[in-house]
Amino acid sequence: MKSFFYRNPTRASWAEDYSFLNNDLNKSAKDKFDNDINNREGLRVKKSDLKVSDLNVYINKTHILKNVNLEIPDKKITCIIGPSGCGKSTLLKTFNRLIDDTEGVKYEGSILVDGTDIFDRRTEITDIRKKMGLLSQRPCPLPMSIYDNIAFGCKMHGEHNRKKLNQIVEEQLKAVGLWEEVKNRLNAPASKLSIGQQQRLCLARGLAVEPEFILADEATSALDPISSKHIEELFVELKQDYAIILVTHTLRQALRIADYVVFMYLGEVIESGPADEVFNNPKQELTRKYLEGAFS
Amino acid sequence: MRLKFIEEKIAKGLMVVASLAVFAFIVNIIYTIFRRGFPALNWEMISQIPAGGYYNGGGGGILNAIVGSLYIVLGSTILGLLTSIPVVFYLNVYLKKDSRLAYVARLAFDVLFGIPSIVYGAFAFTIMIYLGMHTSLGGGILVITLLVIPIFIRSMDEVALQLPKDLLDATYALGATKLETIKVVLRQIAPGIATATLLSVGRAIGDAAGVMFTAGFTDSIPTSLSQPAATLPLSVFFQLSSPNADVQDRAYSAALILIFIVLVISIFGRLITNHFSKHKI
Repeated sequence: MKSFFYRNPTRASWAEDYSFLNNDLNKSAKDKFDNDINNREGLRVKKSDLKVSDLNVYINKTHILKNVNLEIPDKKITCIIGPSGCGKSTLLKTFNRLIDDTEGVKYEGSILVDGTDIFDRRTEITDIRKKMGLLSQRPCPLPMSIYDNIAFGCKMHGEHNRKKLNQIVEEQLKAVGLWEEVKNRLNAPASKLSIGQQQRLCLARGLAVEPEFILADEATSALDPISSKHIEELFVELKQDYAIILVTHTLRQALRIADYVVFMYLGEVIESGPADEVFNNPKQELTRKYLEGAFS
Repeated sequence: MRLKFIEEKIAKGLMVVASLAVFAFIVNIIYTIFRRGFPALNWEMISQIPAGGYYNGGGGGILNAIVGSLYIVLGSTILGLLTSIPVVFYLNVYLKKDSRLAYVARLAFDVLFGIPSIVYGAFAFTIMIYLGMHTSLGGGILVITLLVIPIFIRSMDEVALQLPKDLLDATYALGATKLETIKVVLRQIAPGIATATLLSVGRAIGDAAGVMFTAGFTDSIPTSLSQPAATLPLSVFFQLSSPNADVQDRAYSAALILIFIVLVISIFGRLITNHFSKHKI
């Protein structure tokens, strides 16, 4: 029973640590397991850290992001708000360097993730991306079965043990509340799921590679109200373990779930701070006007 | 009735006429082949190689051509797939959308697509002479591979162009390198690969001019890549050139066998495609 004395801090190993609990007699220990799953706080030792300094991004000589300075708090939901075309999505895509594929892109400044500059030549781009789970506007499941959608990332990062993969798949599907709905058809194509389920699957797929951040680019805008509420609730649950960065168009969504708000306008960060402060007591005139709905 | 409804009716009528015209041609071709070929078709034709004097009405069959054609189709399809999948992957994943190299490459493949097979045959023939090769199964496979590569590339490329950017982004976001996205890309373009393969098989099995100089013709079944190989289209050609009506009928039987092989391959191709494309987004 090594697990009561020793616990590996990586998330994938919980299930392994507790695998002896399959024995139904061991009821109290099973309860403890469920309890721990629900109270994940403190399980992750490492603190996630994202710091943007003097970031400028140009695309074909158009200045998209201007002098962005930001610090993203760990284990909080940070909402990036602002009118369309203000550079919210670009900023998000810069975090995991998906912007690299854009034609004519150039950047200056630095983004430090856990102390490593992501623009540094020596930084492996795949490492950066692995740390950032991405949830896009429209759910985009991989053209594979439900099971493989989640296992794909793990396999790619070297996990080939079938037993472990099964555990990860089950665990992540449970984490997004999809397990009960799909447990009997794990080999069905992911495209057969409803759009809300697909989005949760995409979230689970991202979580399976053990990221530190979750980047969500208007992740609920294509969903129906119930599915989008479901995703929001998941974010609130997941912030115990991850730093969540959410680009959103809906001010109300930001009001509901944000702990920290970044307001952007025309490529600049106008104001950022704890949600209470920004929403109730904005320091900038522009922020106040935006919140009042003077422009959008 | 309002004008646009009349328009609709006329347009629909024209479409039906066009479809029927095409269908009528196909039925006519198949009927002709059946009428002349079916009576001459027998087990001996499929199971034996030509006996002496076959082309003058002697006994035997065209097993040599059936096997030769299947060898060539199999070889060229495998080689073609192995060469063109990396090309398509490179064009669509590594190169940017407005890349000049991609533009030139696509243009080149379009041109190659249109080059008649006799030109490929002549080209390969010169190379074979230069290398001191004789007409052989290997040479035939090589020239047919050259012939089908543009078909493979262009038809897979059309499908790969529709690859959703979000899908690639989602894969990259999991920490995939460009090469690692190949699993996702292949699954997504699986229907395109299957269509391309069917088109190529059709072209490969039906080509006569390309293999004439390169694979040659023989009455025996090749046992190695360096031996000449017979093919069904050439077998049809040689039998049809005969003044003997019986032998001409056998040419139609050979054509019937050719069509049957294509039919079987197409049906299997579709079944396999359905299996592989069920995950497509």
